[in-house]
Amino acid sequence: MGALTDLDLSALWVTIRLATMTVVVLLIMGTPLAWWLAHTRSRFRPIVEALVALPIVLPPTVLGFYILIALGPYGPLGRFADLSLAFTFTGLVIASVFYSMPFVIQPLQSAFEAVGKAPLEAAWSLRASKWDAFLTVISPIALRGYISAIVLGFAHTMGEFGVVLMVGGSIPGQTRVLSTTIFEHVEVGEYAHAHVISAFMLTFSFLVLLAVFIANRRFPIHVS
Amino acid sequence: MSRLLARFDVQFPTFHLNVEMDVPMSGITAIFGPSGSGKTTLLRCLAGLERAPTGLLQVGDGIWQDETIGLFRPLYNRPIGYVFQEPRLFPHYNVRANLLYGYKRIPMEERRIVMEQVVEILGIGHLLERRIHKLSGGEQQRVAIGRALLTSPKLLLLDEPLASLDIQRKQELLPFMCRLHEELRIPVLYVSHAVGEILQLADRVVLLQEGHIVGVGTVNEVFTSLTFRGQFGAHRIGAILEAPVAAHEAEYGLTRLEFKGQFLFVPLQAVAVGQVMRVHILSSDVSVVIGRTGCPTSVLNVLEATIIEIREMDQASVDVRLDIGAPIVASITRKSLIALGLKPGQRVFAHIKAVALNEELRA
Repeated sequence: MGALTDLDLSALWVTIRLATMTVVVLLIMGTPLAWWLAHTRSRFRPIVEALVALPIVLPPTVLGFYILIALGPYGPLGRFADLSLAFTFTGLVIASVFYSMPFVIQPLQSAFEAVGKAPLEAAWSLRASKWDAFLTVISPIALRGYISAIVLGFAHTMGEFGVVLMVGGSIPGQTRVLSTTIFEHVEVGEYAHAHVISAFMLTFSFLVLLAVFIANRRFPIHVS
Repeated sequence: MSRLLARFDVQFPTFHLNVEMDVPMSGITAIFGPSGSGKTTLLRCLAGLERAPTGLLQVGDGIWQDETIGLFRPLYNRPIGYVFQEPRLFPHYNVRANLLYGYKRIPMEERRIVMEQVVEILGIGHLLERRIHKLSGGEQQRVAIGRALLTSPKLLLLDEPLASLDIQRKQELLPFMCRLHEELRIPVLYVSHAVGEILQLADRVVLLQEGHIVGVGTVNEVFTSLTFRGQFGAHRIGAILEAPVAAHEAEYGLTRLEFKGQFLFVPLQAVAVGQVMRVHILSSDVSVVIGRTGCPTSVLNVLEATIIEIREMDQASVDVRLDIGAPIVASITRKSLIALGLKPGQRVFAHIKAVALNEELRA
């Protein structure tokens, strides 16, 4: 077993930063969207739901291809930013947000559906404004949904490969993440290194999921 | 006196609410009607949980909704206490935190009602540190009422707060509701489809049918109306009267109530002279007699009356609405009606064979 190289460690750091930023962005953008999906009667709802779920079934290369075009110097996002976002960390975050979207939106949406409007109305009747009611009543009751969303969003972003390769390439310290590092190691026959990182990711993913399931058992939220 | 004025006209997918309402901001006003008549919808419009596109709502000096100028105060800006059919307590807080949720959100100078008071009236002192899911349904509903009261509301809206409880819990909670009203003096709008609750609690009734208000008045006026009697399971009510105790006749085991210059005898009550009591009379316990002297009787309660209205209910029976200072209904046979030749406007006597008392006493 070889120890991790500096390159491996920098890939780990990039991976953690990427997953964290992706989840933060998705929580901020995803909360209103999930709330809307949970409570709207709009006929556009199934369309939006399908769009959100698309990354689950789409080949990552397809998603990656379109994002690459959009981020490139002649794409709408690239033009807006006045530079090419392809093969940058920012570009990778944008790509990951799309890629991991369903894993954050869907748990939030089901949590909001389960909470319903009843506690919100009760909070309003107790003088809590919309924001106050959301922060002090809805989000704590929907806590489990938030934990699932954070964990799944984080883990899923850590595990992405195809999109990363398409949009980010594998630039050490910038866009090389753990999953692409494994690929690089295997390419040059460094199986020991690949083993270490693979085992780490396997253990990490398992522990994260285990923690979620235990937390759900241990601290059930009683909704009466 | 301060009043509540409301006008709502809302078309829902399956239902049309169209009401115009004007009631005093005092006592308990029951919103009564069969299931699906729009009681809850009306309450939600009053609270601001539904926004009627052409709505108008004035409560005392405050205008809460006036769509002609696009004014609509959201629920969280209205000094309302709302108790839902289900308790809707917050499961992530304990009882104390639930009670204080609204209290903490109103300005200091508006806190007229305090924790100790509410805890005492509702008898929930021993529950304060409990988690919500450890409470029974009745306890939860008491906490929900307490939580609403602690916002020191100017108006309390109760949406069938007893509906989700079994009979026993209901009986437990009713005395609390009475105390609440007596001690805190908050005007209450109380939605219910249970006649029993209304007879015990309400001062006046707004009668709702298919989204329209069909009658408004004191409990006695509405439930003795020959138009509405027979509907809503209120067909046996003769009168619900409030009368102060005039004297006790302990040697006979009787208490004498004075009602508009006449007397009503009830079984001896352990209450002070002057105390107002609410009595129920069944229409089948009331008979109509012409001339007092010509007809000696063992019936104690004989009151002078004038016939207001007569309505044939079926081939055998007739309802006669009498005025004894307040309306009272006598259910008699059609044969008696013809034999006595009763007509509206006629002076008669009402013989009342039995008077039932509400356990509840009103100050």
